[in-house]
Formats: sequence, structure tokens, C-alpha cells
Amino acid sequence: MLAAQILINALVLGCLYACIAIGFSLVWGVLNVINLIHGSFIVLGAYLAWGLYQGLHISPWYSLAVAAPLFFVFGYVIQRLILNRVITAPVLVTLTLTFGLDLILNNAMIYYFKADYRKLTLTPPMGSVSIFDVVVPVDRLIATVAALALTFVLYLILRRLRVGRAIVAVRLDRDAAVLMGVNVNSIYAIAFGLGAALAGCAGVLMALIFPISPLTSTAYLGKAFVVCVLGGLGSVSGALAGGILLALIEGVGSAMIGPAHATTLSFVLLIVFLILRPQGLLGRKGFE
Amino acid sequence: MTRANLILLALIACIAALPLFGEAYTLRLGTIACMYAIMALSWNVVGGFAGYPSFATAAFFGLGAYIGGVLLARGMPLTMAIPIAGIGSFLVAALLGAALLRLRGHYFAIASLSLIEVFRELVNNATDLTGGGMGLNIPLAASAGVMADATFFFYLMWGVLLVTAVMVIAVSMSKLGFGLSCIMQNETAANMVGLNTTLYKSVAFGLSACFVGAAGGVYAAWVHYIDPSDVFDILYSVKPIVMALIGGLGSPLGVTIGAFVYLGLEEVVWRNYIQIHSGVLGVLIVLLLLFLPHGLTSLRGWRLWGRAKNV
Repeated sequence: MLAAQILINALVLGCLYACIAIGFSLVWGVLNVINLIHGSFIVLGAYLAWGLYQGLHISPWYSLAVAAPLFFVFGYVIQRLILNRVITAPVLVTLTLTFGLDLILNNAMIYYFKADYRKLTLTPPMGSVSIFDVVVPVDRLIATVAALALTFVLYLILRRLRVGRAIVAVRLDRDAAVLMGVNVNSIYAIAFGLGAALAGCAGVLMALIFPISPLTSTAYLGKAFVVCVLGGLGSVSGALAGGILLALIEGVGSAMIGPAHATTLSFVLLIVFLILRPQGLLGRKGFE
Repeated sequence: MTRANLILLALIACIAALPLFGEAYTLRLGTIACMYAIMALSWNVVGGFAGYPSFATAAFFGLGAYIGGVLLARGMPLTMAIPIAGIGSFLVAALLGAALLRLRGHYFAIASLSLIEVFRELVNNATDLTGGGMGLNIPLAASAGVMADATFFFYLMWGVLLVTAVMVIAVSMSKLGFGLSCIMQNETAANMVGLNTTLYKSVAFGLSACFVGAAGGVYAAWVHYIDPSDVFDILYSVKPIVMALIGGLGSPLGVTIGAFVYLGLEEVVWRNYIQIHSGVLGVLIVLLLLFLPHGLTSLRGWRLWGRAKNV
């Protein structure tokens, strides 16, 4: 039964990890930028859900609809005004720039919200379901379904919409996309906006499950790194596979060698994967 | 030896005179200035010469601090603990470098960032040896007073800086430095003409970790208390890059001046905006990258007089 519980926990947590990582993966894949603000976006999304629930009693499920457009605009503006100026610079410059932006956003959050840990507690609490001996909290289950739905929405956007196909085209071959009349700068901004929107929505879902504090942003960012590298860059299915794999490894690792070593294990795995299979589980070789 | 390198050595020699003028606060600043210059110069070997975007400085700073700290806490004298911290960091970095430096660009950046997490978690969990999250207390050496201590650690850090500078200059003049600049320009071609790129990169990575590790050891002895989140702070990885970007990538004199300029900015920000200091630091980083992409040298173009540039 323990094995079944670990498996279910990993599936639930894995979908959430995928949701955390997918915006990061999109930005990395399309803009070729390692976006270090991603973790702070997630925390900001969590604060948004918390604030709306505490202040206006708006349920987090509706907060998703508020967070998505808000963060899209936020990301779009940041990309257009700041990031776009150095978009062709080497990784050193883009990475350091997003680190600087992250310092600003994170410090602003610490300043306004303080570094206290908060928790969004739904009243009444939603309880938990148990099938045989496997127990899953209901809020976690719903958050998982919402995370899957968000992932699926991104998949639909990328496959069905004109703008989504343009994003994929830019990712596959930027120069060819330019020749086909795609406005690359606008696509970059839209992709970054989408990445931010997904981060914001992921944050709303995280608020239901994990404590909220500006200090947790690096942990989210770390998960996004690992999921991206495990699953392969820029693909929706890769992020899902990477997320579930990471959750499984953490779950099994915690059970076998103790929870203290789970994070170490995931980062060691990240480095091993980078060296042995940098294209990730589902990635194709030579496809950067 | 080029003129810039001579100026660098002269600059470092001038810093040695600091205790003649300063009180304890000045010495503290001077010690941190030396530490930052060590980090920037060391990062320059792998980041500036070989062109690899390394974010691993904090990992080796922390590693050196913990090697030094643990040895000092076990009663080893300073004169042995610091060199062991440096050599240990060199070996670990050279071994890891052989594997990690096969990665390029974004993947290398991510891997070197993750190295900090791995080391931090390892130290956090090795409670018996390192004290884990509670931190590590390093016993005070027999003290001869505040000023004597401050002067002693200033000269210790200064000594490491001097050795670092000599190492960097030696590298830049040697075959190793030439090989590294070949790797930066075109690694595949360098490999094709018979350069052992793996060896060169590993040695460069090791050298860039060696003196940072030694500086970490000195830091641990100096502050008497270290904990994982303090010494494995990702800021220690980003600061040298910012310093190098301020002073101009690749030039040892440039990055050293960058380190001093950065320390000046940081101190002003710390003194005046303690609550929002990291935000202000972020603003500085963003402004620097957007408006001075080539560091302070890009200010040259702002002169109103002088000849017009041919575009």
C-alpha cells in the first residue's frame, strides 16, 4: 500500500511540478533565455490568490481567471521594455539580467508582504478522499486537475491558434520564421507573457497547497530547472514527463534514503542528465 | 608583461598600505575588497578567458569555507587549513570540470548553478561534520586585540589576492591562456588543431576555484561562524560576473577595478537602503546591462568632443 501511496503522491505532485516548469520551459525554448524571475512570478501569483481570498473572498478557482491576463500583461511589458534589448546577447548577459529583475521583484515582495510564511486555508476545508488505503486531499486533487487543464490549454494554444503555431515556428527555426513573415519580437513578447501567465496560474494553485513566502521562490525555480532538463526543453509533453519523473524520484528517494536527501538527489540527477542526455527524456538530439 | 598587468600589480601593492591609514571599518572594507577582487579575477579565468558562463563561484567559495572551517574547528593551524582549502577546491573543481565543461551555453550555466544547490544540500545534511543548518563555529585564535586581528586577516586576504593576481597574469601570458582564448573563439577548431580542450578547460576551472576556495577558508577564519545559506549564497556567483561586466570582460585589471567599484556601490546601498538593498542591487544590475554593456569602458563614447566615429 505504501508503494501505491507513493505512486499516487508522485502523480499528483508531478502534474503540479509540470505546471510550475512549463512556462519556464516555454521561455527557455522560444527566447533562449533562462528566466530566473519565474520563481518570483509563481510566488506573486500565490500572493494574488491569497490576497483575493482574504480580502474579497474570491475563491482561488476564480483567481486563475484574474491571474492569467494580469501576469500576461506583466510579462509582455517586461519583455518588450527590458529583456528585448539584450535578447541577442550571450547567456551570461540575459541570465544576469533576469537575476537582477528577480532581485527587484523578490525584494519588493519581501518589503510589502514581509518574509513571513502564510497559508491560504479554505473555509470550510475540503477534506480528503481515500480509495482503499490511498489518501489524497481533495484540494490537492483539484489543483492537480487544474494544473493538467492549464497544461492542456497551452498545448491547444501552441497547436491550434495561429499565434501558437508562430511561437512553435520561431522555436524551431527563428530565421526561417522571419522569412515567412513572423514578427519575431512580438512573438518573443507573447511567449514571455504566456510564460508569466502560466507562472502566475501555477502560483495560484501552489497557494492552496504550500505555504506562501518570497523565500520559496528559489525552490520553485529549482524544480523548474530540474523538470526542464529531465523532460527536455520547450515541449508540453516533456514537461509533464519530467514533472512526474521528478516527483517519483523525490518520493522514492525520500522513502529510501530519507527526505533530507531528496533535493540533493534531484540536483545530482539534473547534472547527470545534463551530461549524459542533455536533450532530456523526450527531446530530440541537436534540437536546441 | 603588458602595461595593464603592471598597473594591476601596482594597484594591489598600493592596497597593502591601507592599514597605515585605516581604522577597523576601513580594514574590514579592505578585506572584503580583496575577497571580491579574488572572486572576480578567478571567475575571469573561466568566464573571461575561456568564455564559459560559470555560476559556480559560490559553490567553491562555500566548499573552501567549509574545508577550512572544519579543519580549523578540529584544531588545525591556519597556515595549513587555508592551503588545503585551496587545493581541495582545485581538485574538486578540476574533476567536476572535466565532466561539466562538456556542456555549453545555457546548459553549462544551469549545471554550474545547480552545483551550488548540491554542495549546499550536502553540507546541510552532513550534520556530524559541518553542524548542518545550525552552522559551524570556528574557535577564535589567540587574539591580540581588535586592530591586530583586523590587520592580520586583511593581510591574509591580501596575500591570497596577490597570489591570485600573479596566477591570472601567468595564465594570460602562458600557453594555457592562449589555449583558453582559442577555446573561447572556436572550441571545435581548437580541438581539431590538436589542443587538448578538456584538459585546458579542467585546469582553468580548477584554477578559478582554487583561490576562491582559499578565500573562503580565510573568510571562515575571519568571521568565526559560517552556515550553509551564508557561504553558498548564489549572490557570490553573480557578484563576480557583475564586477567583470562593470570592468570589462577578460581584462584582469578591468575586473579588479570592477570589483572595487562594485564594492563601493554595494556599501553605499547597504548604508542607505538596508531594507531594499537587494532590490537596489537588482536595479543596478539591470541598468548596467542595458546601458553599459561593455562596462565602464563604454563611457568613453560619451565624450562630446573628439572625433566622430565612423559608423
